[in-house]
Amino acid sequence: MIQVIYRQLASKIPYLGLVILLTFSTSLTAQEGDPAKGKTLFNTNCAACHQLDKKTTGPALRNVEARLADEQGLDRTWLDAWIRNSAGMVKSGDAYANQIFNEYNGTAMTAFPQLTDQDISDILAYTAVDPCELNPQSSPDCPGYVQPTGGDNPDDEGGISNKLILGALAILFALLAIALVLVRKTLNRFAEEKGIDAVAKDKSLPIWKAFVQNQFLVLVTSIFFLLASAYFIYGYLSQIGVDQGYQPVQPIHFSHKIHAGDNGIDCKYCHSSARVSKTSGIPSLNICMNCHKSVYEYKGETTDKYSKEFYDGEIQKLYAAAGWSDADQKYTGDAKPVKWVRIHNLPDFAYFNHSQHVEVAGVQCQTCHGPVEEMEEVYQFAPLTMGWCINCHRETDVNVKDNAYYTKIHEELSKKYGVEKLTAAQMGGLECGKCHY
Amino acid sequence: MSSNKKYWKSVEELKDNSSIVETLKQNEFVNEIPTDEFLGDKETLESSSTTRRDFLKYVGFSTAAASLAACEGPVIKSIPYVVQPESITPGVANYYATTIADGFDFASVLVKTREGRPIKIENNNLANTHNGANARVNASVLGLYDSLRVKSAMKSGQEILWSTFDTETNQKLTDLKNAGKEIVLLTQTYASPSTSKLISEFKAAYGNVRHVVYDAVSESAALDAFEVAYGTRGMANYDFSKAMTIVSVGADFLGDWQGGGFDSGYAQGRVPKNGKMSRHIQFESNMSLTGANADKRVPLTPSQQKQVLAKLYSLVVGGSVSTDLPEHINAAAQKAASELKKAGSNGVLVTGIQDVNAQTVALAINESLASKAFDTSTPILTRQGKDADVTKLVADMKAGRVGGIIMSGVNPMYTLPNASEFAEGLEKTELSIAFSMKADETSTLAQYIAAAPHYLESWGDVELKKGHYSLMQPTIRPLFDTRQFQEALLLWNGNDKNYRDYIKEAWGTGILSGSSFNKALQDGVYVGSIATETVDTTSDSETSIIDDLLGDSQPTVVSAGSAARALASSVSQGELELSLYTKVGMGDGQQANNPWLQEFPDPITRTSWDNYLTMSAKDAEKYQVKNWHVANGGLNSSLVELTVNGIPVTVPVIIQPGQAVGSLGLALGYGRKNGLKEEMQTGKNAYHFYKDFNTAQSDVSLKVVSGEHEFACVQLQNTLMGRGDIIKETTLEIFSTKDKKYWNPIPKVSLNHEEVAVTDPNVDLWDEFDRSIGHHFNLSIDLNACTGCGACVIACHAENNVPVVGKDEIRRSRDMHWLRIDRYYSSEDTFEGDNKKKEDTKGLAIIDAFEEMENAADNPQVAFQPVMCQHCNHAPCETVCPVAATSHGRQGQNHMAYNRCVGTRYCANNCPYKVRRFNWFLYAQNDEFDYYMNDDLGRMVLNPDVTVRSRGVMEKCSMCIQMTQKTILDAKRDGREIKDGEFQTACSAACSSGAMVFGDINDKDSKVAKLKEDDRMYHLLESVGTKPNVQYHTKVRNTTEA
Repeated sequence: MIQVIYRQLASKIPYLGLVILLTFSTSLTAQEGDPAKGKTLFNTNCAACHQLDKKTTGPALRNVEARLADEQGLDRTWLDAWIRNSAGMVKSGDAYANQIFNEYNGTAMTAFPQLTDQDISDILAYTAVDPCELNPQSSPDCPGYVQPTGGDNPDDEGGISNKLILGALAILFALLAIALVLVRKTLNRFAEEKGIDAVAKDKSLPIWKAFVQNQFLVLVTSIFFLLASAYFIYGYLSQIGVDQGYQPVQPIHFSHKIHAGDNGIDCKYCHSSARVSKTSGIPSLNICMNCHKSVYEYKGETTDKYSKEFYDGEIQKLYAAAGWSDADQKYTGDAKPVKWVRIHNLPDFAYFNHSQHVEVAGVQCQTCHGPVEEMEEVYQFAPLTMGWCINCHRETDVNVKDNAYYTKIHEELSKKYGVEKLTAAQMGGLECGKCHY
Repeated sequence: MSSNKKYWKSVEELKDNSSIVETLKQNEFVNEIPTDEFLGDKETLESSSTTRRDFLKYVGFSTAAASLAACEGPVIKSIPYVVQPESITPGVANYYATTIADGFDFASVLVKTREGRPIKIENNNLANTHNGANARVNASVLGLYDSLRVKSAMKSGQEILWSTFDTETNQKLTDLKNAGKEIVLLTQTYASPSTSKLISEFKAAYGNVRHVVYDAVSESAALDAFEVAYGTRGMANYDFSKAMTIVSVGADFLGDWQGGGFDSGYAQGRVPKNGKMSRHIQFESNMSLTGANADKRVPLTPSQQKQVLAKLYSLVVGGSVSTDLPEHINAAAQKAASELKKAGSNGVLVTGIQDVNAQTVALAINESLASKAFDTSTPILTRQGKDADVTKLVADMKAGRVGGIIMSGVNPMYTLPNASEFAEGLEKTELSIAFSMKADETSTLAQYIAAAPHYLESWGDVELKKGHYSLMQPTIRPLFDTRQFQEALLLWNGNDKNYRDYIKEAWGTGILSGSSFNKALQDGVYVGSIATETVDTTSDSETSIIDDLLGDSQPTVVSAGSAARALASSVSQGELELSLYTKVGMGDGQQANNPWLQEFPDPITRTSWDNYLTMSAKDAEKYQVKNWHVANGGLNSSLVELTVNGIPVTVPVIIQPGQAVGSLGLALGYGRKNGLKEEMQTGKNAYHFYKDFNTAQSDVSLKVVSGEHEFACVQLQNTLMGRGDIIKETTLEIFSTKDKKYWNPIPKVSLNHEEVAVTDPNVDLWDEFDRSIGHHFNLSIDLNACTGCGACVIACHAENNVPVVGKDEIRRSRDMHWLRIDRYYSSEDTFEGDNKKKEDTKGLAIIDAFEEMENAADNPQVAFQPVMCQHCNHAPCETVCPVAATSHGRQGQNHMAYNRCVGTRYCANNCPYKVRRFNWFLYAQNDEFDYYMNDDLGRMVLNPDVTVRSRGVMEKCSMCIQMTQKTILDAKRDGREIKDGEFQTACSAACSSGAMVFGDINDKDSKVAKLKEDDRMYHLLESVGTKPNVQYHTKVRNTTEA
């Protein structure tokens, strides 16, 4: 009987195995997502509202599939439906869908009907990856985590060798000097013994006395000194009010290097009024919050001075200013406007219009503001003097291409001046009243 | 002998024993300098730890530190929005259409805002109602930033919360209602359909409610006459562009007559086209703006005006009247009548006589002419006040019959002649609330001041003319804790809607008939079907107006014929008659705290910061009243005590050419004290004389009193003295028959002893520049269309941050106006006569002739000429500037770089047009000039695109280069060519009469390029050879008597 039972069981094993295999095979195909592709997809589609480990606009998504299955008993089909049309599910009265919907202040998740099954698998695969597997340094909890030591300078070795060479040289020179002194002493002694007098000193006037007596020289020198001091005083006075290099400490350490450089955000994304207005505009805090609602921590390169903690602290400052509660993912309404220190200050009597330069002339922001994308802290790059403005107007050709405004005037002026391209100066860009009114 | 001589220093020394001499010998300086007082006593000095050396050290160090610190620039903070409003881009202006309706001025306007701050008022070109923005409307934006505004609700001088206000007033109103006592709403004319609806709801809620509409300057007679004749309480609408013959009897229709705003139509008809232009005959007492523009002006007293009107009626319509007019006036009236008759439907007659009979007669004459300019189907609704109601109210209040009074937009304590009676009545009321922007004469007496918002902070709707609606919307959040009258009514009515929604609902059901409210709001205006039923906006008395007219002094309105006979019997009672009028700058006086308007020179007298009695030269001689100039260039006058109806007021006098003999003029709107800065408390209150709401008063006597008055007058030279090339003018007859060379010759200059035209290139001192490429701006001013209204002057102030300098500085001729409107009188009867006299006088007699020509004629011709920087192509100012601070642009503008200017003022001396202005002081943030630029609130009106000039630099009209540059930049950004009409200056945009046209003459199709080729075009002082970019167009007078 036992045998029979056994046999029966055994006979069922293949079936069971098949069933298991089939069950797993489906889930296996489903889990055959590519985490690398998933990461890209996640960043393009999901990252605006979701983080892996943190609740932002939407819930944290680490191991979402497994968690859903464990905690709610919801399978992949539910997840697919949710991703493709969450609003529909909420409407249909699905219990968990409604729960989530209400938990997140009734914000409906954007529908992604364009995502294929494979895409979703990829994304889910990405969410299921163990963070330590990708990068042991990502968290101190990872087994492979190494405490960063800091202070390790790759230049150290070279520095030591330099010091060694310098030291050796110094010792060499010291030896030489000693040798010379000794030689001189010896020679003097020889001379003394032979009865030869040491070289008698000439009775000429000291040089300063001779100089004072030579009136011509005094005159020339004083004229020279007067001219020189006039030159330097003039130089000193004319740089008053020229604040080139001005780099004040800002209330929030905003790194243009990270934003414009590392992340390649276009200047005019934040300084959008540069396109239409005379001012480039300091972006209002709601523009910062467009991204910083989800970017709550710094993940880029760090240095000693600017550590991750430092940058995260600055982001917290932004939240405080904008009145954003990161924990509740809500605005508290208690905003404190930021008092930025203005770096580029033109005097009131000079009229400068950003849109004229940025939009019409197509001048790169960097032409006047320097390599902002490399500046950790922004400083005034250009002197912003009138001479500097004028120079550029003299040298820069006017961008007349496809601009109907310029068609006629360009044709006539280029004929008049006999040139193909016109500079801003030839267009009248040196006239006083163009900037002073 | 010589020893007998005694030298003495004072008579005292001649005495033998003089004690004084003795004392002096002892002590020459009788009073010792009280050094102790300022040095302190010895002990304090010695105990002080600071020695003299220390003191010097401190001084030295602090000076050095201060000068070192000055080398460092200040740290400038920039604070961006937390959440930037979508509609606001910093640096880009937004425009909102709204409406001013302050009870005196009504107009659809555009408001320019920068970063949320309203900074300028402009014309709303979509509005086809007649009202353009006049000088006061242009200046009204400054009223928003008035630091003396009431900042919250107040009770007996203490600020209270609105919640307290609500509970208390609600309680009191309910008490009054329960006690059955009368509640009176005393308001300005709102002409607002929704407000009328609200008031009727209020009436329904509180039962015994009376609504009295009160216009400070009443048009009651015109309204009564129109109501009797046509059934609507309104005023006939006149389109002067359709009239070829205009006869006005005492109507200053280019000023504030019947709400004003007729100048654009008038100006259209004044520009000669195909040899035709309108002819304008004016009968008036004071020299008004309208009279100054007339082709023929007949000065006469107010009582004679009535007779002339009666005469005109009898001659045009029929019937006979007997008058005792002097022969020349009689003849003029007959001629005017025959011209009117000949013009037929092309003629129009208007009158400003505050008398129902006169207004009835005027309506009848226009009816009889079937005048095309006369429109009764769309009456103007911007005046609704009824004199009888107001008089009755004051009587009722005095008798204690009024339980509570709620006032809004009115200041009866200032504007009523019997203000003391009103005050007495006010005390007897149980509840008095004044909605007011100021702690003014009335609101300070009321129990509660409900702080009212400025119109730029309010919602509202206005029916300017029947069927022509205009919306008011806020352009800024309320600056202070204010509430508008309508919001309060909603609360009292128990309506929890806000006023905006209320308007929207009222419009949706009553006015819009299906069109979009948002569209109407964006446009600011909406023209409904004329037949649209209007809510009754009038005050309560439902009975016919005849019953309401008080007393026997006003005859009952019967037929026009008998009205004319009643008029004809009008005789002067005394030897002087007073005509009260409103000035272009001050109006009814509600904007008295506006420094722009105070400093705005009156177009006729060119005097600012004052009102004064105007008097004819003959009367001045008779009463020994004098005007004289003093050494510093100021104008002084004698003071007179003017007694009208037994009330004496001491006023200064200006001897006014053209003032009718036997008549006097005095402007309303001055003499306010409460809620005004001290500097603005100018002039004398003429409302004291405004008995029976009649501008003409006959019980007048006058005597000179001691003392003199100092005026701030910006133009002391009254005549052109025969220099006809400054204002070229001709008659219509010559203009249409003769060649341009005859009436608009190009001046000749001598070259190698030969006369050549000044435009000849050989006579030029300068090298000509090539201006054919790009833009070349020109401003054209048509002296025929310019009425001298001055809207451009204020628009220029607002656009260009022109400072206000105050009365003292104006008196010293240090006015900063970039744009002035010169007014000239002829010395003979006509300017032509002046020219002839100058040419015909030979030899030394010319000296006497010139002296005579300094004085204006008794009834002179008048000409206005706006003068701003002429932007000479060959500018004399540029050549003398030692630092090249002023230079020429290729686009024709004469640039002024303030930061380069060192203030030598050579340019001003070398300018033949005298248009340059020097900053003698720092006018911004200077306590000595406590006008709008001295407080944070007032400075919010400054245009951020124009530099605020500092002390010691020259400034002048820039031809609004910030505006032309902006237009160019906009076109560049859009990548398109600029269309004609896009280029504007502040003055040309403000000019509703179309006299100023600005544009690019290199665009050959532009209006201004065509105007440059016009025969009437000339340049100011062309003989100087400066080649200006401002053109003038020869004034043509229609002297042809039909």
